Formats: sequence, structure tokens, C-alpha cells
Amino acid sequence: MSTKTEQTLNVDKKWCKGCGICVAFCPKDVLEIKDGKVNIKDLEACIKCGQCELRCPDYAIYLGGK
Amino acid sequence: MAEKKVKLMQGNEACVEGAIAAGMKFYAGYPITPSTEIAELSAERLPRIGGKFIQMEDEIAGISAIIGASLAGTKSMTATSGPGFSLKQESIGYAIITETPCVIVNVQRGGPSTGLPTSPAQGDIMQARWGTHGDHSIIALYPSTVREVYDTTIRAFNLAEKYRTPVILLMDEVVGHMREKIEFREDQEIEIVNRRKPNCLPEEYKPYKVKEGDLVPEMAAFGDGYRFHVTGLVHSETGFPTGNEKVAEALTKRLFNKIEENVDDIVEYEEYLLDDAEIAIVAYGSTARSAKSAVEILREEGMKVGLFRPITIWPMAEKQFLQLSNKVDRIVVVEMNMGQYFLEVDRISGKNSKVEKYGRVNGELITPEEIVSFIKEG
Amino acid sequence: MPSQLVNEYFRTENLPHIWCPGCGNGIVTRAIIKAIDNLNLNKDDVCIVSGIGCSSRASGYLDFNTLHTTHGRALAFATGVKLANPKLNVIVITGDGDCSAIGGNHLIHAARRNIDITTVVFNNNIYGMTGGQYSPTTPTGDKGTTAPYGNIDMNFDLCNLAKAAGSTYVSRGTIFNPNMLIKQVEEGIKNKGFSFIEAITTCPTYYGRKNKKGEAVDMMIYLKENAVNVAAYDKLTDEQKEGKFVIGELYKGSKPEYTEEYNKIIESFSKER
Repeated sequence: MSTKTEQTLNVDKKWCKGCGICVAFCPKDVLEIKDGKVNIKDLEACIKCGQCELRCPDYAIYLGGK
Repeated sequence: MAEKKVKLMQGNEACVEGAIAAGMKFYAGYPITPSTEIAELSAERLPRIGGKFIQMEDEIAGISAIIGASLAGTKSMTATSGPGFSLKQESIGYAIITETPCVIVNVQRGGPSTGLPTSPAQGDIMQARWGTHGDHSIIALYPSTVREVYDTTIRAFNLAEKYRTPVILLMDEVVGHMREKIEFREDQEIEIVNRRKPNCLPEEYKPYKVKEGDLVPEMAAFGDGYRFHVTGLVHSETGFPTGNEKVAEALTKRLFNKIEENVDDIVEYEEYLLDDAEIAIVAYGSTARSAKSAVEILREEGMKVGLFRPITIWPMAEKQFLQLSNKVDRIVVVEMNMGQYFLEVDRISGKNSKVEKYGRVNGELITPEEIVSFIKEG
Repeated sequence: MPSQLVNEYFRTENLPHIWCPGCGNGIVTRAIIKAIDNLNLNKDDVCIVSGIGCSSRASGYLDFNTLHTTHGRALAFATGVKLANPKLNVIVITGDGDCSAIGGNHLIHAARRNIDITTVVFNNNIYGMTGGQYSPTTPTGDKGTTAPYGNIDMNFDLCNLAKAAGSTYVSRGTIFNPNMLIKQVEEGIKNKGFSFIEAITTCPTYYGRKNKKGEAVDMMIYLKENAVNVAAYDKLTDEQKEGKFVIGELYKGSKPEYTEEYNKIIESFSKER
């Protein structure tokens, strides 16, 4: 397993159904819905808390190794 | 010289002894007359041989639990009577489509509904064939003596394993409750069929793929390391659901044909004094016992009468019924219902001979005398 | 390429799943596998049994021994699996209709026996698969396609039901707080006996739309604002409890476990031999 500092936010747009849950509960406003799918608009702001991954019903967003 | 044990026992008891001889290690059911002794004896016997018995909360739970246990690798059985048999139908279909071996005993009583709980009937013949919804084939067996209950229960387990399908063992209240002397065979004389397990690598295992030359797919058990999926939805060889019409058609036909194309292997019957017969009685279960006596009485009076007794009720012995119709002029189907098997016999034998029915639905056995007078009057 | 966790425990070839956008079932399913991962269970020793309905489709996506049964009967099938092979960690995935309407009898009796099965109910307050009919957990007054004028049935409190029937671990969580759910499933699996976890999830497509509850996010905000942890909930007055519901570990007990009790009977005979 990669340590938290080595992790980065990954998005799999194929699986995203655009529900917006990750966008709504991201504490740092990192995400947006663009063309019906999640989009990382501000990766720099990401604090790697993993709230998006926990609540993504479609396994389309997660923290992982590069 | 093998030692023989002679015992006096009920049909219901012989069923449990046969099941244990066949390798039953799990029983789940719900109390219902006139099958209860099967549950009681299973409860007593199974833990002594390392098996498990559980009394479930209802009939549906009983069959569901035996399917679960079978998928975990254990030979299993449930027993019931008409009302419970009705409740189990959906899960019988589940066992068919998931190809899960198990044995369902139905000790028939008068119906419909609560009917005549302590009286015999043969009114579930068609329910055994078509009780669960959708197109399917089924194996149903029907012994008529206590000795035969023992042997046929073993055969029910063997066929369930060989064909990976639920097998229905029909009895009636009389067959279940009557006591007869039976001799026990030594274990080595009994042929036991076990499901074939895969030996491929787990990643190569396709739970519903039939290998070239095989009858059914190899069957892993939960916990064997194969991590497969089982569903009542139409599924591909992988076990996962699909709505693909080609897969659906192929699956339905394969499940149907694995039985219908092996009728000769599955069919069992008894012919009694049919060689020179002009009239044949068709009867099964306890009714066949009266029919046999009727044949003897009529023979003494000089009438050329014989008995054809199907032990395999489904699939039907169509070839034999056709041959029978070429041999005799008259076929009388005697059964404790309004003429359920008669319809099938007439369909096959009706072109070549006169097929008649004699039935009774009041909870009383059909006597040899009434069969004799029906045949004489005809 | 999905996350390491999803890759490890899902049959990714079967994904994406069939659930609607914003349906919470995927969140609960992930919580279950995260709990299994945290406990480091061998995948070959886990058996997931499900019934029929939206949530019960989860079994097909998970890389364990999986059994997708008939409507309502998952616990009865699971009872057979567990008794036949007590070494298996048997986890039942079911929905509110599957578990408490058609399968209600099996629920209370599995709980009564305290058989070592962990049941996770995905409670979305509606029959989703069939198009939004009211279920035993649809709140009184709410609408479903079969309750066009408002539901006059009283709704079940599933946790109270499971506790009264004899479960030895009972908890409730929501998809807003998946970490709590993960912990609860872990505790449920660890409990040697019947464990019942009610996971409050959302059906924006049917329940949400029919009852004007907004989008998936609005329904999650509702869960966030109205779920109260048991310690805090107990201190609320009846008035303050109005509109709120309790989450957390609601019961933990200890009773003989069914398969162990049965094995004692078997062992008594093996000694005799």
C-alpha cells in the first residue's frame, strides 16, 4: 500500500454516473460535475481525506498510487 | 457371506434409512402429516453420523436450507405433504435452474388445501411435473413397497447427483405409514453416485460449462476455493446473469434435454404378467398393490390381465407405454385422483388401444375388488 | 483501473453495476468489503448470500462464494450453507422488502436461533426493482406507487425487530457515514451469533422522486442532519426526537450460537463411539 503522501486522486469516468455526491461532500471543493461526469478542477486543494471514495456509489473516484 | 439385518419398518422410516445409505448428511424441513416420521427419524439419526438436522420455520425455509447445504457440498433432503409441496414449488425451480442436487419427498394426502391430512391420495402427480413455473423437466419417482422406498430413495439421491437436479420422491400416506419387513443390504452392495468436483485452477472454473462428453457441469462446493456465483436468473457458463436470448434458449434447452434425452437411464418400471395380456392395468404407489391383487383374481378367473407399474413417474416411460398399447387392447389407469396420469397414458397409448380411467378421491384406498368389477364391466 | 480495494474484492468485469445514479447501494457494498478487508478474511472462506431486489444484486459483483437466491429466502438458504459448512463466514445482503416483508419470518427465526450469520439490510424505504411500491419500512404517510394517497401502514423499526427476535449484535448506520458502517459490519462479523446491521441508504429514483426528497445529495444531507448517535439520542426529549432517528450500536448480547450447539450434540455421539 502506498502511503498517504504518495497517493493521488484518481477518477474513472467510465464508471461515473454523475450523481454529484463526491462534489457535494468534498471539504475542499476539489471536484465538479462537467458534461455529466466528475471532474477534478483543483487537485492542488485536495487534502486526501478520502471522503469522496467512501461515498462514491460507483467506485469511480479514489485515492491511489500514481 | 454378508450379514443380513431384517427389520420391520414404515415407508417413512425406510426413506430415512435409504437417504442415509445414499449419503444424506443434511435434512431441513417443517412438520406435516403424513411425512413427519421422516423428519423425526432424521433428527435422531443424523447427528449420530456427523450429519445435521434443522427444523425450519416454514416449508419454504426447509427447501431453501437444503439447497444452501447442497451448494456447500452436502447431500440433502426435505420431506413434506401436499400443502408444503405447494409452498416449495418456487424453490424447486431454483434448484432446477441452479442445477443443485437435492431430494424432495412428498408423502401425498388428500387435497386440495388442507384436504384429508391423514388419508392417502395421488393428487400431486401433475404438480410434481408442472408445479414450479417455467419450462423445465423433472425427475419424480414413486415406490410402492417399504423395501422399494429404501431402494428408490437411494436412487433419488443418485439421480439428483448424476443429473444435478432436484428429484421428487412421491409416496402416499399408505406407502409412508405401512410397515413391512425389510432386509438391509451390506454397504458395498449399494451403488452411490457423487457429484463430480472440478480439478482445474480456480481462475479457469466455469461453474455452468459442460465439458465435452459430460452430462452436467462439474460442481464445486462453497468453500472449496472456486468462489463461483449461483443465481436463479438465466446465466451463462460463468454463472453470471444475462438477458442474452441465445444463452437463455441454450440454458433452458440444456436443462430440459439432460433429462429428456436420458429417459432410458432414468425410467424404471415393473411389468407383471403382461406377456400374454390383453388388458393392462396401469397403477403406481399403494394403488399398484391393489392392482396386483386384482390381476391375480382376474387371472384365476381366466382373464388375461397384467400390470404395468411405473416407478419413474416423470419423465414418463413413453416408449414402454407405446409398446404396451401395441400389445393390449385395453388399458385401465387406476389412481387415487380424477385421472391425472390417465391423461398422459391416453396421449401416448390412446391411438392403439382403448385407455380408461378408474379413480377415487375420498381418502379411501382403491380395493382389488372394485378394480376387478370395473374391468369385468368394461 | 479501479482502486486496489475494489480490484481485490469485486468481480470488476461485471462493473459498472446496475444501480441508478445516486443510489446508495454501492456505498454500503463498499463498506462491507472494506470491513472484510480490515478483518483480513480469506476470500475463499466468505459466502455472500442475497435475496431478490436491487440490493441483492450485490452478490454477483463480489469475488467470494456468492449465492443470489429467491425473494425473501436468503436467510433460509444461508442457514443451510452455514450449518453445512460452519467454517464459512456467511454474510447476507438483503433489502427492506426482501428482509422484512416476504422474508420477515426467516429474519426473526434466524435471529432467534442466534446462528452465526451477519445480515446487512440495505434499507431504502421502497421496492426499487419493481418501480417504487411502498415497503414495510416506508414511513407512514409517505408515498409509493401503490400508496398514491399516502401510506397508512405503520412502518417497522427493523433494529427493534431484530433485537426482540434474539440477535446478539444490532446496529444502524447510514451511507452518509460509511466509516461507521464499516466498523459495524466488522463488529457484526466478529460477533459469534446472529448480527443485524441496518444500513440506511437512498433511492433517489423512486422513493426520493415520489416523496419530493430532492436529489441524491439532498437525501444524504437529510441523513446527515437527522441521524443521531445513540449516546446523544438517549439524552433527547421526546420532542427533540421528533423527525430524528438513532444510529450506532444498539444492542450487544451473548447467547449460545446455533452451529456450535449442534456440534456439541454431534460430539456427544463421537465420544460415545
